[in-house]
Formats: sequence, structure tokens, C-alpha cells
Amino acid sequence: MGESILSIIYIIGAVTFIMGLKMMSNPASARRGNIVAGIGMLAAILGTIFLFRNSDGSPLKNHIWIFGGIATGTVIGVLAAKRIKMTAMPEMVSLFNGLGGASATLISVVEFTHLAELGFPPDQATPGILAILFSGVILGNITFSGSLIAWGKLSGKVKDFSFKGQHIINIILLVTSIGLSFYIGANLYSGDTMLLFYGLFFLTIVYGVFFVMPIGGADMPVVISLLNSLSGLSAACGGFLYDNKVVFTGGILVGAAGTILTVLMCKAMNRSLTNVLIGSFGGGSTAVGSKQQGSYKEITLNDSAVVMSFANKVMIVPGYGLAVAQAQHTCHELQKMLEAKGVEVKYAIHPVAGRMPGHMNVLLAEADVSYDKLIEMEQANEEFPSVDVVLILGANDVVNPAAKTDPSSPIYGMPILDVGLSKNVIVNKRSMKPGYAGIENDLFFQPKTSMLFGDAKKVLQDLISEIKNL
Amino acid sequence: MEIVLNWIHANEQMIYILVLVIFLGFVVIARVPAVLHTPLMSHANAISGVVIMGAIIVMGRAANNNYVALILGFMAVVLGTINVVGGFVVTDRMLEMFKKKK
Repeated sequence: MGESILSIIYIIGAVTFIMGLKMMSNPASARRGNIVAGIGMLAAILGTIFLFRNSDGSPLKNHIWIFGGIATGTVIGVLAAKRIKMTAMPEMVSLFNGLGGASATLISVVEFTHLAELGFPPDQATPGILAILFSGVILGNITFSGSLIAWGKLSGKVKDFSFKGQHIINIILLVTSIGLSFYIGANLYSGDTMLLFYGLFFLTIVYGVFFVMPIGGADMPVVISLLNSLSGLSAACGGFLYDNKVVFTGGILVGAAGTILTVLMCKAMNRSLTNVLIGSFGGGSTAVGSKQQGSYKEITLNDSAVVMSFANKVMIVPGYGLAVAQAQHTCHELQKMLEAKGVEVKYAIHPVAGRMPGHMNVLLAEADVSYDKLIEMEQANEEFPSVDVVLILGANDVVNPAAKTDPSSPIYGMPILDVGLSKNVIVNKRSMKPGYAGIENDLFFQPKTSMLFGDAKKVLQDLISEIKNL
Repeated sequence: MEIVLNWIHANEQMIYILVLVIFLGFVVIARVPAVLHTPLMSHANAISGVVIMGAIIVMGRAANNNYVALILGFMAVVLGTINVVGGFVVTDRMLEMFKKKK
């Protein structure tokens, strides 16, 4: 009876995951979709605790430990999720993702140790089960250490790092890990099994670190998405292990969805996944840049205020700098102020602006900027010729003309926002330092462009007061 | 070869689920507009926390004196819960901002 009810709960759980993802495809139903999947998850978790039966019919024990773990995790998870700033959201997702991977690894470790204690009975330690356990360790550990490095990079704690021949070493590490898995599986009774298993554990952790280390910051969204799909697959290993179909379905669903999202992001940058992973954005090789380092001109706050107030149409191009400065509310204020003066204001959103796809949309939505003001790249590029002033707020690589003109540039071929088509460009940056991809930007040296240095929030506040005083 | 064939036969149901869910995942995600990519990633990340049920089973089976299994299982439950709860809460926070427009 209990087990039949559990089956029903699991089926409902799997359906809520699919419905949740489906409802996420529409802004109007997205929030409900998230809650629906959350309820499905809660039901499946409670069902597992109380209704799960082992093959001999005995229920699960250690309820105190289980609830203690869930309570601890809930408190930490809620606090972390509630306290985190909008700017740090990508890091947070990466960190959560890594913890999920670690959880999957631990399951494989416990089960493998258990089999070792029993002396690997052939009816339990089947090649299929062993393959799943090894896959769980490999995928879980790559997710764990890779996500931690991605988290460190996005929060500025870890610098890009690569050395000559690193890609070869990465391939050797991965091949060795897989080879070692086969070796352990073939020599279960040799006596060194646990030692070799720990070796596998260590190798895959190192691989995860080396895998993400050389990939440049501009490509981090793609990497997080890829790691997200790996964590789904590592979860699916756990589902397969316990013949638990809701875990298996959820894991594979995330694996498939994460893969598609990764591909969509690569498409937005007009690059192949291989190119991103073997990448040219590596920390050491940023010598490629612009040849002519001309002079740039600065513009005063007052002049900027005048140009913008008397324009017909202003297009704002937000980037990571806006997020860092937490200037989204001030930006919305500026927009309202200009609109009160009869200026048409829109936002041009590059698909990979910021650190995650949709990062800018989330940020501006937080400041109550309405949807119809945000336009996507293709449409923005059509509108630029009729724009009087483009205001670039902390964006760099996504407006770099080198992507169109310089075949030697690492970002060559990436579609960009063609701000040069407009009449005037005002660039707000903190300094002349190159952007996250480490490439010089010729846009700043063009005659149409004027630089307005300073922290985005401070500059916008000053602009607002200047406009008030006009 | 024989082992592989037997394995496929024994796990026919799981392989069906695997194939169908891969297609399902592709189709469902392909329709998500760019605006929702960040929340979607976070949502998918929360769902990947289903692995917590595996962690619960590990814990629930561990013998009272098997401290290695208890401690590792406990850690797995804590980490999995952070993934699930944190993931859903963060997603909800992001989507909350989308709601109040106009």
C-alpha cells in the first residue's frame, strides 16, 4: 500500500518537474512553475523518507539524522538565497550547483565503500552498477570542483590561470580517470581497490579544477550551464542506482535542458562549444588586441546631460558594470526623467551581456523597468541609425567592433550591438582598462565616442541632478 | 558483448525513460525566451537537487554503528538540501521581479 502511494507521488513529482520547466517558458506563469516543481520535490522527499521500502521490505531508519540534515540544509540554503545580492546571483547558482554535484559523489562513495565491505559480491557488484558508481564520482566531482572554480572566478577570488600544454594534460587526466575506472572494475579483488578508488576521486577533483581554470571570464556563463547539465547527469546516476525513476527523470531532464541552454548560449556568441572549452580567452594569451591606440575624448557630466535631454531617442546599453555598481534603480530613474522631457528611452540587451544570459533582464526587472523597453540585439541593431545618443553603462566586449572587423581578435565572429550606427556614443566605464575578455576596444577611440569615467551609480546620480538643474 | 546486451534488456524501462526525457528536455527548453534564461538555469539547478532522495536512502539504510556512511550520508543530505532549497528560493526571488511590471 505504502509503496503504491510512493509510486504515485513519484509520478506526480516527475510531472511537476516537466510542467515547471514548461511554465518557465512564459514570464506570466514562470513563478508558479517554480513553485509547482518545488511542491513536487517536497512531496517526493517526504514520500521517500516515510514510504520507501528496501528490497527486504524494511523502512528507512535514522529519521533524526535525515531531518537534522534537511533542517541544516534548509536554513543555510534559505539564508544564502535570501541574502545574496542580485549581482552575485550567477556565483550563487554556480555554488549551489557544485554542492549538488558533491552530494551525488558522496552517494557513490558510500555505496562503493559498502560494496567493498561486503567483499564485492558478484550479484551486487555487477559491471552495470560499478559503471554507474564510477560515473557518479566522475560527473559529481567535475561538477563540484569545476563549479567552485567558476564561483571563485565570478566573485573575483580566483584568477584565470593556464600553462602551456594544459589542454593535453586535461585530456590525459580525463582519459586516465576513465581508464582507472575500468581497471578498478576489472581488478576488484586485488586488495588495493579502495586506494585506487580514492585515486579516482582525487584525479576527477583535479580534472574539474583544470577544466575550468583556463576558460576566460567572458565564457563563464557557458561553463556554468554546462556544469549544470553535468550535475543533472550525476543526479541521474543516483536515480539509476536506486532504480528511482523520479530522480532519474529529474536528472536526465536537467542534463538535456542544460545541454540545450549551453548550445543556445554558444550560438549567441557565434562560437562552437569546442572553441569555448579549448578556448582562446585563456588568461595568458591576451596579447592580441588593437594595433592603433589612438586618443579618446572625455565628456563632462553637464554636456552629457544636455546631449541626452535634447535627444529624440536614447538607447541605453547595460553591461556587467551596471550590475557591479548596483545602479539599476538609478538607471530607471534617469529613464523616467528623460521620458518626462519627451525623450524616447530604450534598452538594448545583448544576449550575453553580464555574466549569465538574461542577467541584464533580471537586473532591470528588479528596478521595475517595463518589458517593452528592453529590446533584443537584432531589433536594436535595426534601430541604432535612428538613435541620437547611445549610453553604454559598463558594457565592453558586446559593443567591440573588433568582433566584426578584426579576424585576429579572440571575439571575432561574435554578433555585437552596432552602436557605431547611431549619432553619438557616450561610454561610462570606471577606467580605460579592457573588459572581461581582456581585449582593447576600438570603439572608445572613434570620433563619435566620448568617455564618461566613474562608477555607474555615481555617474547616473550626478547625471540626474545635472538634468534637474537644466 | 553479451554483458551489454543483457544489461540493456534488464534496464529496458530506464533506457526508454532516458531517450524520451532527453527529447522532452530539448523540446521544453527550446521555447524559453532569452529573458528567462537566468531563472531557467537556476530552476534546472534546483531540480538537479533531486539527488537528495538518493542521499536520504543512503542515510536511511546505514547501520547505527556505520559512522562513515552516517557522516558522509548526512553531508550528502545537507549539501543536497542546500542545492534544492537555495535553488528554488533564488529562482523565486528572480521571478518575483518579473511579476510587477507596468
